[in-house]
Amino acid sequence: MSFLGLFRRRGSAPVARERLQILLAHERSSHGQSDLLSKLRDEILAVVAQHIAVDHDQVRVKLERGDKVSTLDIDIEVPHSAVALAGIR
Amino acid sequence: MNKVIVVTSGKGGVGKTTTTAALGAALAATGQSVVVVDFDVGLRNLDLVMGAERRVVYDLINVVQGVAKLPQALIRDKRIDTLSLLPASQTRDKDALTEDGVARVIKELRTKFDWVICDSPAGIERGATLAMRFADTAIIVTNPEVSSVRDSDRIIGLLDSKTELAEKGERVEKHILITRYDPARAARGEMLNINDVLDILSLPLLGIIPESEEVLRASNVGTPVTLNDPKSAAAQAYRDAAARLRGQDVPMIVPADRKGLLDKLFGRRAA
Repeated sequence: MSFLGLFRRRGSAPVARERLQILLAHERSSHGQSDLLSKLRDEILAVVAQHIAVDHDQVRVKLERGDKVSTLDIDIEVPHSAVALAGIR
Repeated sequence: MNKVIVVTSGKGGVGKTTTTAALGAALAATGQSVVVVDFDVGLRNLDLVMGAERRVVYDLINVVQGVAKLPQALIRDKRIDTLSLLPASQTRDKDALTEDGVARVIKELRTKFDWVICDSPAGIERGATLAMRFADTAIIVTNPEVSSVRDSDRIIGLLDSKTELAEKGERVEKHILITRYDPARAARGEMLNINDVLDILSLPLLGIIPESEEVLRASNVGTPVTLNDPKSAAAQAYRDAAARLRGQDVPMIVPADRKGLLDKLFGRRAA
């Protein structure tokens, strides 16, 4: 490097490195997760469907990662007609 | 030996086809038999980089579908007689590749050649997953640049889950090949350096190919760079990488910024 380099701003590569490390740590954990979530979704749907008629896309399963605990958020939309049929009030 | 290698990357334009041609030629030049297989159905280019684009009669899909026999589709290289090419189809769509068909072709190639090098298409779709499906070894071609490194990481995840070896609980041997490396820019901190890439991807390094005009010149004339310009730094780096694939212990040459202060002062004026 020429001595002029000493006065030059630090390059952008360290920023690239840091951004990648953060992003990939996140992506690596979520790719393994998506398999688990779709499995959970299918099994939950199967259990619920034994009693109430629900659609596949009315079941949403979300995993929120926290520092100490993560929360599994299951959201099932039940149509009125299905509720009436199952005799739930 | 009989190794099936996939050259893959996720991202397009990083140098998979150049690498397949250069490594194939370098391995074949040692006298071992090599076939390079183009998996980029619909966008084939390995034939062009190898200079065999006018000799394609049958292709991978014809063989997969049983329209042609494997020996009819293989194109023997005119410069090295231990090197062959199995081209991709330019017209069919990629759904024409079936897993069973690819399995059959790879199995047959294994019996005929010491090395089977599969040039993967970009992306993570069917073509890419089939190209890696039966591999023993993967070469992940990565440019020192954020989007390429991210895509390589994704591909590594697929190699660990979607390949036949992974499903059997074994591991595909994985190597990083850094291409288009510009030592001057890395030294100035403008480009991720070798250690950055290896730290992030945590895989062993197969080689570092410097950014060079010889690579472009070689593809212009349809000759693998290891044959077209054997003395160039890129050719040397590919030959070393090929030797490492064969299990030889070759010291890694990190391309250096050879321009000194005087070159910088006078080089610009001359240009």
